[in-house]
Amino acid sequence: MIVTLFIPCFVDLMFPQVGISMVQILERLGHRVECPEEIACCGQPAYNSGYWDEARPVAAKVIERLKDSEVVVIASGSCGAMIHVFYPELFAGTPLADAAKELAGKCFEFSDFLVTKLGQTNLGARFPAKVTFHDGCHGLRELRTYQQPRRLLAEVKGLELVEMKEKVCCGFGGTFAAKFPMISTAMGDVRCTMAKDTGAEYIVSNDSSCLMHIQGLLDRQGSRMKTIHLAEILART
Amino acid sequence: MKTPAAQFKVQATALTQDLRHRQLIQTALGKYEVVRDRTKAAFQDWPAARQAAAEIKWEAVNHLDAHLVQLVRNLEARGTKVHWASTAQQARDIILGIIREKKARSIVKSKAMTSEEIHLNEALEEAGFEVVESDLGEFIVQLRKEPPYHIVFPAMHLSRGDISELFTRELGSAPTQNPEELTMIARRVLRQKYITADVGFTGANFAIAETGMISITENEGNARLTAALPKVMITLLGIEKILPRLEDLALFLPMLATIGTGQPLTCYNSMYGGPRQPREPDGPEEFHVVLLDNRRTELLADPEQRDALHCIRCGGCLNVCPIFKNVGGHTYHTTYSGPIGSVITPHLRGLQDWKHLSFASSLCGACTETCPVKINLHHHLLHNRRNASKQKPSFFERTAFTVFSGIINRPRLYQCAKILGRFFQRFHGLVKGTRLDPAYAWTQSRELPPIAPQTFKEYWRSRNAGPGSPS
Repeated sequence: MIVTLFIPCFVDLMFPQVGISMVQILERLGHRVECPEEIACCGQPAYNSGYWDEARPVAAKVIERLKDSEVVVIASGSCGAMIHVFYPELFAGTPLADAAKELAGKCFEFSDFLVTKLGQTNLGARFPAKVTFHDGCHGLRELRTYQQPRRLLAEVKGLELVEMKEKVCCGFGGTFAAKFPMISTAMGDVRCTMAKDTGAEYIVSNDSSCLMHIQGLLDRQGSRMKTIHLAEILART
Repeated sequence: MKTPAAQFKVQATALTQDLRHRQLIQTALGKYEVVRDRTKAAFQDWPAARQAAAEIKWEAVNHLDAHLVQLVRNLEARGTKVHWASTAQQARDIILGIIREKKARSIVKSKAMTSEEIHLNEALEEAGFEVVESDLGEFIVQLRKEPPYHIVFPAMHLSRGDISELFTRELGSAPTQNPEELTMIARRVLRQKYITADVGFTGANFAIAETGMISITENEGNARLTAALPKVMITLLGIEKILPRLEDLALFLPMLATIGTGQPLTCYNSMYGGPRQPREPDGPEEFHVVLLDNRRTELLADPEQRDALHCIRCGGCLNVCPIFKNVGGHTYHTTYSGPIGSVITPHLRGLQDWKHLSFASSLCGACTETCPVKINLHHHLLHNRRNASKQKPSFFERTAFTVFSGIINRPRLYQCAKILGRFFQRFHGLVKGTRLDPAYAWTQSRELPPIAPQTFKEYWRSRNAGPGSPS
């Protein structure tokens, strides 16, 4: 299968290892990976801020570039939700309405793609550590990605998963983190405390945007706890 | 005077740093979630129950006109006097009119968020009447001269110690940390009020169109006493409280209790069908029902967000909302706080003044996931954001997004921006975390990861340029 891997801007700029890990895993599974250079953003920042007219050209470019792909894998649950759930709404009643719906149908978050589309859970990974898993809300509630990452982690040799007591937002929320930093930070503090309570060494997630926020807080607090993306764990053999 | 948005920011900043508040709310709602989930598990099929509830409310709200006419006809058939109030002012005038006509002096009230919405207590007190809240939580916040903190748990922000202190100060009781003793102190005061009150005032949980009945669900029996003892009963409710059939309560009462408090059913569930009928031993001599619009019909006219009128005011979305848990109920300065408040307040009180509540959300969707009548709450926050930005765009934001849109998906410009970013990053250390930092909103409390020495796209390009590349 030719997999089109959509690497959003923040993964490209700050977490390249996440994208590289995804390429390695997909190629190890025998798929050909292509990464379109032309697109870097799904348009979510403008969309979530209410600027739909400004979001549309960004999103239109994404649709244009990905429309002929066999299947699209996105390196973030949040951007995945944007394409899967919000593109059809953003383009409703426009000439791109059908194309938006079609793209939504063939676009997957990474862990969902491995488990649901490919039926793969054991990737031969090894990561001897105690970890806890943070569900990015967009992946969890818009894309219904809950079991997928857990099934993948269950097959990782040496890994022990300890769940946090609640499924709750880390407080990132895109532009919200900058518009209401005090609320965002308080939410992050609550989340970090829950993670620390598990006694885990790592917080794992399938969304680098949450991890950017969580790691930023942990570093400022001087905590030794580390964050790592699911793909980085799965790529380790 | 500060704008609502500025006031929200100031109070949110204070409350998010108040660790005692955080602890109190997290603990209370943590316990609630455990009990709620246990009760929810007793439903044979919770998702199906939610779907059924959503469909019933859809039917009720989309045929509101017919249901209201039916409700009123049935209420009037048993001698209830029905009043229509388009605005909060009209509702206050109607209620004051009834009270004055009856030459009443004191009014005892059971819990009613609609009365908060129309600021009834202030109006009654200003007109010289004595008003006593009979719900324990409401009684407590009334003594503190503050609005309810939460639509179901009005005093959840207070510890037993806080309440004991309040009772000692206001009622002269002996200090105690025992919840039962605290309740008995309130009870002693309230029992006298029921007996002497001239008018009993209640809200409503549901209004049954088919039978013309008002359903009130509660845990303390105070609504029963409020309705049964005084000679005149007044009930105020929003027009969206309609349920088409009596049998709908079989679903809605357990559902409201489950999500509201984690109980299978609340302790007292009463139906009021009119004033005392001939041959009936008790009940009020007069029963007035005031139906309140107060811009609900404007929400009804909006097909995109009409489902916000499905709300049964269970408070479930507040209880799971991480924003609510961190900023607290009073910070909103709205009658209805939490996600549902953030969705409907812009409709009820003006979009531009209250849009900040729709932006003050990480859009995590916990509210939508929990809502028993399936209101698409967090997507409506996005709709409010869109409507607000379209109606009155911020020059700065629109420019920023226009520039962003122009750059982000154009590889050359994106590359230039990356080079610029790397250049400025070298000097970031000089201002990081200070007010001079362009990323201050982020860096005041968090570290910002640097742009990687080799970005993914650079890796991809170098890999494909190298020997033996796959493409």
